[in-house]
Amino acid sequence: MTVSERIGSIRPDPKDPAPLRIDEALVRRMLVAFVREESAKSGHKRVVLGLSGGIDSAAVAALAAEAMGPKNVTALFMPYRSSSRESAEHARLVAKTFGLALEEIDITPQVDAYFARAGDIDRVRRGNKMARERKSIEYDRSWPDGLVLGTSNKTELLLGYGTRYGDMACDLNPVGDLYKSQLRELAVLVGVPDVVIRKPPTADLWVGQTDESELGFTYADADLILYHLVDRRLRPETLVAAGFDAKLVHGLRERMRKSHYKRVMPLIAKVSLRTIGHDFLYPRDWEAD
Amino acid sequence: MTRIALAQCAPALGAFKRNIAMHQEWIARAKAERAELIVFPELSLTGYYVKDLAGELACAADDARLQPIADASRDLDVCAGFVERGRDARLHIAQGYWSRGKLVHVHRKVYLPTYGIFDDGRYFGPGDRFEVFQSVAGPAGIAICEDLWHVSVPYLYGATGATIVLSPADSPGRGVAEGGDLGTAESCRLMDRFYAQYLTMYIVFVNRVGHEDGIAFWGGSEVVAPDGSVVARAPDFEETLLMAEVDTDLVARERDRNPLIRDERTDLVVAQLERARGMMPKD
Repeated sequence: MTVSERIGSIRPDPKDPAPLRIDEALVRRMLVAFVREESAKSGHKRVVLGLSGGIDSAAVAALAAEAMGPKNVTALFMPYRSSSRESAEHARLVAKTFGLALEEIDITPQVDAYFARAGDIDRVRRGNKMARERKSIEYDRSWPDGLVLGTSNKTELLLGYGTRYGDMACDLNPVGDLYKSQLRELAVLVGVPDVVIRKPPTADLWVGQTDESELGFTYADADLILYHLVDRRLRPETLVAAGFDAKLVHGLRERMRKSHYKRVMPLIAKVSLRTIGHDFLYPRDWEAD
Repeated sequence: MTRIALAQCAPALGAFKRNIAMHQEWIARAKAERAELIVFPELSLTGYYVKDLAGELACAADDARLQPIADASRDLDVCAGFVERGRDARLHIAQGYWSRGKLVHVHRKVYLPTYGIFDDGRYFGPGDRFEVFQSVAGPAGIAICEDLWHVSVPYLYGATGATIVLSPADSPGRGVAEGGDLGTAESCRLMDRFYAQYLTMYIVFVNRVGHEDGIAFWGGSEVVAPDGSVVARAPDFEETLLMAEVDTDLVARERDRNPLIRDERTDLVVAQLERARGMMPKD
């Protein structure tokens, strides 16, 4: 059933994931045009993205290749020594599938040089450092005519499940308004290899890490609740009354609240008559006459 | 003489229950200071830049969540701000006046600033009237923040019987480069004094303090008397329970001396406006 054929009101029901369905073909058209037009408007010819071997960056790679032509996509694979061999294989497979020349840059020497001096630091800090190191390389490789594409999906963004100025950083994010399960539908349509679509999502920041074990819930459950809370503006109490797990509903809502600072631009303290971000507001797509 | 308290506080953004507790605490302090009325700033129960939280923070005027404020008004009158959900489901920036355990008056902000750093019109619907009601400090009107910047508002209150205007505000401080005081503070003080003196009424300006999303509310709450004198003024940027005496006899003396309101020709104002709007084609 396509979205336009739906008859009847959308009700919150933990057993009904249908409201999350998207028209993948339409979304693909919109996102390809988004990448093409928005990069051109700021005068950029290329886009840069990191391929992790996972489904999100693979879907973005497909959109980028379609929008810009494969030659104008700089795809980077940036493993650390603990990254799984599977990630490398899948990144290469994705690049090959979409006709991209994959550049491989091992971040181990530069990250370990820092870790050697930083002393005993926990795995979250280590993971954050790796994410930021990768992003600094993407931005380096974007000079002088490229924009960095983001690959964070709506679920990750709403949960704050990402590293500020690391994987969250970008110039354009074509997939930030798609929940993980919606992005999976899109990935199927754009031809992301099956093996990439079917493997458990992981940030691969430490050995054996998977998103769902770290988060403590499944994307399928989280996406449906987030959809009703965010897109449909239902209250947590309404979802609980409709049979959704109370702890999960309130937990997700609290995660959203606590992580909101990660989703907004840095605060500038207003003291003058006109302040960047507060009342100095021009469109980003401000075009020359 | 009526002793009033101005609660120059810093509400928590989006935390309704915490703000209720804060109100109860400040009301108790005002009671200990023998106040007969305490006035809180605009949206004191929710915080100002509520954005998409507006809907979930909203209360109908008879909502049970406001009962603690009603209960606290048994010993002294309370004027506090909340997001009101109208019967037609529209959202309003509202200021309630509770007396003897009951909500006796609600003013809905009419002028919703939607420019510069303000976005009220995106989230709220406007009120449609300026009603004078009986407060413990005399016949009163409420002008929420931007309402007071429109000259017609204190004028309408003055022309329809009010002797005191309560102006709860969430005024952001800005304009440091223009020398001396904050630009907004200068403007507000000028307004308060001008309205008070030329409409011969009390202006009670209650501004909040604290930061929201990088914007600082500057405080500087004050009471200006009908003779233009500043009865009391709170410091900028600091939480303060400011006490002031409102002297209804001073209103009478000023209006005897300077009977501008008595002599005001509201009929001419109405006629001229009607002519200007094409409602009275024949002269």
